[in-house]
Amino acid sequence: MASISNVIFYILTFLSVYVQVFFLITFLENRKKIIIRKGPIKLIKYPKVTVIVPCWNEEKTIYKTVRSLLNLNYPKDKLKIFLIDDGSTDKTWDVIQRFSKYSNIKIFRKENGGKYTALNLGLESVETDFLGCLDADSEADPESLTRIMSYFEKDKNIMAVSPSIIAINSKNMVQNAQKVEYDMSVYTKKMLGFLGAIHVTPGPLTIFRKKVFDDLGPYRHAHNTEDMEIAFRMQKNHYKIEQCNDAYIYTNTPTTIKKLYKQRLRWIYGSINNMIDYRKIILKKKYGNFSLFTVPYNVLSIIAVGFLFGKMFYSFGKFLFFKILEFRDIGFNFNSSIKNFDPFFINTQSLFFIGITLYLLVVLSIIIGRKISEGKWNFSFNIFYFFIIFSIVGPFWLLKAVFNTILSRKPAWR
Amino acid sequence: MDTNHIDWKKYLIVFLFTMTLFLSASYVSNYFSNKKVDQLKLIQDKISIDILSSETQFSLLSELSCKNISDSVFSGELSELGNKLEWGQQNLGTTDTVSYLKKYYSLLEIKDYLLNKKISERCQTKSAFILYFYTTALNCSECERESVALSALRDKYPELRVYSFDYNVDLSAVKAMIQIYKIQDTKLPALVVDDNVLTGFHGIDELETIVKQSFKLQEIKPVDTIKSIKTTTNKAL
Repeated sequence: MASISNVIFYILTFLSVYVQVFFLITFLENRKKIIIRKGPIKLIKYPKVTVIVPCWNEEKTIYKTVRSLLNLNYPKDKLKIFLIDDGSTDKTWDVIQRFSKYSNIKIFRKENGGKYTALNLGLESVETDFLGCLDADSEADPESLTRIMSYFEKDKNIMAVSPSIIAINSKNMVQNAQKVEYDMSVYTKKMLGFLGAIHVTPGPLTIFRKKVFDDLGPYRHAHNTEDMEIAFRMQKNHYKIEQCNDAYIYTNTPTTIKKLYKQRLRWIYGSINNMIDYRKIILKKKYGNFSLFTVPYNVLSIIAVGFLFGKMFYSFGKFLFFKILEFRDIGFNFNSSIKNFDPFFINTQSLFFIGITLYLLVVLSIIIGRKISEGKWNFSFNIFYFFIIFSIVGPFWLLKAVFNTILSRKPAWR
Repeated sequence: MDTNHIDWKKYLIVFLFTMTLFLSASYVSNYFSNKKVDQLKLIQDKISIDILSSETQFSLLSELSCKNISDSVFSGELSELGNKLEWGQQNLGTTDTVSYLKKYYSLLEIKDYLLNKKISERCQTKSAFILYFYTTALNCSECERESVALSALRDKYPELRVYSFDYNVDLSAVKAMIQIYKIQDTKLPALVVDDNVLTGFHGIDELETIVKQSFKLQEIKPVDTIKSIKTTTNKAL
């Protein structure tokens, strides 16, 4: 029993290291292609772009979001903004109405139907060749749109470009941990971009060619992760997605563990279910690295975290059980373990060294992520918060998402 | 479009690179394991010399005086080696070498036991002996509990010597002891105190009473012998 679990553990560790090495080698191969522009840039042509802002009860953040769009360093006559109130019950509509005086802003109000319905309502009115969405909890950097559009200018085959999302207003441990995670995802997204294998075109200002929706149809409910589903659909149809590392979108992150848990549960649940929906494209050569690397590595991370959590839970349970028995048998005996400390007992199994290597690779990916988004090499102690919070709470939202998937899919099997 | 371009060479290179990382980790791990095995061998050699020297010393001096008999091997050192071997068997890759060392260790334990028993009998030093049989082959949770209880007891009574034997160790001397005390693998952990066999888990309080009893027996023994001598002489008279 123990040996089977060890073999599985070895395989999962090997694959996890493989994924990190894959990213690192991709980085080393392409590092010269990564450019970080500091000031404003000029485009040859400024195509018209529509940005849809769907909002539902965002009275606190919507104002700043819209202001950031108005402050974009992009010709005003080329930028259209759609503000769509998806049946908010707070004062969102009042805030939105204040922007109706702007000639390039159009406001909509509809009954609550979910984010994808708000986006689709906007899509129906889009007349420009490019469009995007900006979540109402995020703010766009003034240079972001121009930088994103420069990607479309240089490559006609690019169908969508997503920006770097930077966590702002991080005030506590939970938010600082997320800040690190966002840095890391800048790195992974950029590498996936090089591999032509991006699996999500996030809500904060991913810009699409309108052709994508004309050809592939509007957004779908997609288990509340419509931004992932559209990326899957694009990959299935060989539509190229890029990541613009120096286009910054600042986003507010959940402030508490509970809110983070809810957000991640939705993401992971959506991720699992989109993968199930698109299972036919997994491990098929014709779908490229997306099918051979991105999706398998997402599946792997779910299995690995689940397995590791199970293993640790079992070991910890066993340890606790023996400690309780020990306490019952001989009383409190804390001294003996300290007294008997000997370097001989330090674990020197190969998995221990591989574990350290894996951690170092993750730390490196966070540092590179920060470098390619902000242009600075630095190490932040927030990394420790990241490891603590994501390794302790992460497995719970993951297992709950798996659990929910099994429950919700049950009736469909009959 | 080049979105579905797959660079197979890269997949292979990454595989080889990952493999190299694993092999390097395994090499480093082996290096430390060998160091640890060397350390074990060193401790074992030292203990072996100590025992041999004590035996020789005992043979030389037994006729004369008990005062000059030094403690043969510090029981702590022997048990430390035992712990390290046990840990090594579970955590070091080189199980063959470790199990060989374990056999040797069991032999040293028996020698230490016999020697100290002799010394204690002849010189009436305060001491108690527990032979403890456990198993690592089966998942014996009671053995783990018993080990903890015994080390706690040993911390409390330095005169107590606990000799642990793996039931499954492939050594004729241990097998002989198993036969002598009729230890069964289904009734592990088993303890032998003053020729009494106790099977199953025994808590620290229970063991403490037994150990104290064992100390008392020693105190009584010389008196008993005097008494018995007296009675025999009286009878003779």
